[in-house]
Amino acid sequence: MSAPDTDLQRLVGKPWKKPPFIQRNWLRWTLILGFFAYLVAAFMTIEVNWSRVYEGLERGKQFVLAFTSPDFTTRSGDIYEGMVESIVMTVAASVVGIGISIPIALGAARNVAPLPVYLICRSIIAISRALQEIIVAILLVAIFGFGPLAGFLTLSFATIGFLSKLLAEDIESMDRVQAEAIKASGARWSQWINYGVQPQVMPRLIGLSMYRIDINFRESAILGLVGAGGIGATLNTAFDRYEYDTAAAILLIIIVIVMALEYLSGIIRARVQ
Amino acid sequence: MPVLETEGLKQWHRRTGRESLGHWVMWLIGVAVFAYCWQQISQATTWFFVWDAPTIAEDIWTRATPPKWEYITQLGKPIWDTLNIATLGTIIALVLAVPVAFLAARNTTPSALVIRPIALLIIVATRSINSLIWALLLIAIIGPGVFAGVIAIAIRSIGFCAKLLYEAIEEIDETQVEAIKATGASRWQVMAYGIVPQILPAFAGIAVFRWDINIRESTVLGLVGAGGIGLQLSSSLNVLAWPQVSLILLVILAAVVISEWVSAKVRGAII
Repeated sequence: MSAPDTDLQRLVGKPWKKPPFIQRNWLRWTLILGFFAYLVAAFMTIEVNWSRVYEGLERGKQFVLAFTSPDFTTRSGDIYEGMVESIVMTVAASVVGIGISIPIALGAARNVAPLPVYLICRSIIAISRALQEIIVAILLVAIFGFGPLAGFLTLSFATIGFLSKLLAEDIESMDRVQAEAIKASGARWSQWINYGVQPQVMPRLIGLSMYRIDINFRESAILGLVGAGGIGATLNTAFDRYEYDTAAAILLIIIVIVMALEYLSGIIRARVQ
Repeated sequence: MPVLETEGLKQWHRRTGRESLGHWVMWLIGVAVFAYCWQQISQATTWFFVWDAPTIAEDIWTRATPPKWEYITQLGKPIWDTLNIATLGTIIALVLAVPVAFLAARNTTPSALVIRPIALLIIVATRSINSLIWALLLIAIIGPGVFAGVIAIAIRSIGFCAKLLYEAIEEIDETQVEAIKATGASRWQVMAYGIVPQILPAFAGIAVFRWDINIRESTVLGLVGAGGIGLQLSSSLNVLAWPQVSLILLVILAAVVISEWVSAKVRGAII
């Protein structure tokens, strides 16, 4: 607080002011100015064709209206096939992905695995996390051909990075005492994992698996865009042909399934924890 | 404790007989479902191509290496576009997510019966549809380009940011709010001085976290025509220019790693 500068302020005291979020003056102003400079630069380089946008508003309205009268029937065969393929890919990829990520998670936990194994498993996780699903899907479609196999492999690969990392962190933060007690009873390594480690991380594993199934389903909806099977191809075709009512129907189905999965995973997670 | 007696010896088991039967049935159903799914995938696959895959992969690898380094001069503008899509999209999303989050949080919503479900619906609907699908939709509506990408990222991020933010709002310390209320503050003053300071760190963390995710997502938006480096990727893929593809993938990888590093640093500084 600086010294009061008027008579009145000396009498009643200075009014309180909210302290700024960033305390250092120069840093705050540099950040604010830099931010605005960036915004101006960004807006300068974005070309928006406003007349095109205006034209499109009519179509946008049609699309919003399509949500009030989605067309489930005309393309019901295509929608059904795409959905079944998406769900099949999700289930298979989740099972395989979770199955592979458990040993990798064990290897990537420093308190379970020796250093060389740890480094190998951590690098597998890093690779899997750095590559996005859709890019992996493009490469795998180029290698394995069109179809759900490429999508299945993509999702399995992505599951490994996600699940192993989080599970490994959970294993690393487990309670050592319980694991020690199992070891003290003369357990083999496999028994130690089974009775000392596994019960501690099981709730987290189930929760993460449910969450990953949810993500996998959402991702499987876009893999079709690059030819890796699933509902995405049907959706893309519907957009290309301006069949907004069919597209709206597909989007509604996706939203409903995602909501159902989220609800289900909430129940399961509440039960295991 | 499930203990079975066999030949006069007590033996400890992990589960009772009924429990282990239940486990077996669950495993059986699980395996059957998986087998069915695998069969479906297998039917839709041309196995000839799969057996051929190692040769194809090797072929692509030899075509893609070494990357065409001089092509990097043409990637400056696409990278800048990608950065803009992610950043502007995140900013728009945050501006829209804050009111949605306040409407969705149990302790700040004006009406738990009408408005809260609507806000929750907005959150679920925007979150469950991938940004690529939003981009596809917006391109049909407002035409291809960076603008469609920005809007797609913005819409997709609303749900994510609003969900995390409203959870943060629900977890605030009520006594601080009470204290501000006791001074005779109005509804908006309670928000500004009682709630906002408590969620500000969470807000900043969410913003940076989502920005990091958006950088990843905006690199591929170009595949459907919504601007950014993905446009270059898809055109290079279409003409099978594999050396360019490998260079673009390296650039994307670098962008992702850098954005993750930046976000980790900033979050470390805030929290």
